[in-house]
Amino acid sequence: MKWEFKNGVPIYQQIIEILHMRVVNGTYPPGSRIPAVRELAVEAGVNPNTMQRALAQMEQEGLFISWRTSGRTVTEDVGKIEELREKMGSHFVEELFTGLRELGFSDVQIMKTVKDHIEQQGVESLQEEL
Amino acid sequence: MSVLFECRDLAKSYGKVQALKGINLQLESGRIVGLLGPNGSGKTTLIKLANRLLQPSSGSIRIAGEEPGILTKEKCAYLPDKDFLPDWMKTSDLLNFYGDFYGDFDRPRAQAMLANLDIPEKMSLKKMSKGTKEKVQLILTMSRDAQVYLLDEPIAGVDPAARDYILRTIINNYREDALVIISTHLIADVESVLDEAVFLKQGEIVLHQSTDELREQTGKSVDEYFREVFRC
Repeated sequence: MKWEFKNGVPIYQQIIEILHMRVVNGTYPPGSRIPAVRELAVEAGVNPNTMQRALAQMEQEGLFISWRTSGRTVTEDVGKIEELREKMGSHFVEELFTGLRELGFSDVQIMKTVKDHIEQQGVESLQEEL
Repeated sequence: MSVLFECRDLAKSYGKVQALKGINLQLESGRIVGLLGPNGSGKTTLIKLANRLLQPSSGSIRIAGEEPGILTKEKCAYLPDKDFLPDWMKTSDLLNFYGDFYGDFDRPRAQAMLANLDIPEKMSLKKMSKGTKEKVQLILTMSRDAQVYLLDEPIAGVDPAARDYILRTIINNYREDALVIISTHLIADVESVLDEAVFLKQGEIVLHQSTDELREQTGKSVDEYFREVFRC
């Protein structure tokens, strides 16, 4: 996930979203080291204070662990990461429903659309699962 | 946190034209602050006052607690908005020049950055493109271990790649307890690196706020909000 920022949302919040994604999708595997604040700030093209704020929030959420002398690592608590994955997943589903309801879809129509989509695009992965 | 930049009722007139109309402003260490305003709003006047290239008509300005002068030039790294170095100078001359003038100039750091950009030490400023010249001037400025960096339009007139390079160089090189002031009207390009925004309008401060707060409160980017405040 690239560092791109939308208007009107505080940048540190958007950084947190990207960091969440990186933890969940394994860009930052459990127990791995997180680059230093300034390094990440330069990579993202943001102010180091903003990056610091986002990292502090990640620590509060227990996803990053800060070591006194040797920077930060991703938590090794895989359950915690799984919890985040599910939370983010249901967030996407919520967004899907919000968007489709706005377009005037009924919930039944939404279900049908999803089913059609799976049949068209996701047949292989679905068959594998089954 | 300490106040590194302070204006009290600071005013400057050029004849009948009031460029700054009694502004009050306090900026602290560890911040990157955008001095934002359209052309003619007083940005460059304010920065020149901070470097004692101009004298206030009334009121006061203090850099790290002192009136601008020889002592503050030691603490303050200034990048003017115009070409300010003799154009016959080669990069090697410039490195010597900065080394002679400023005790806090980190020559190896500047050299490393110039080498990174493949700028030959024997190239003179005259032969450089606008973008390269801007980068060289910025590298020289950011290679000082200053307390206050005053950057007047550091990204004006360069291509987007050079702009990115310049912003990254700023983030990468300022000391954590320093204050960086960037004056510009190209807000969309700088807003992600700013802690605070100061809007100048016709010589007055109309807004001074943290950029994240501003984005949260207005639901807009700093750039969008700026366009609203300064709609012609």
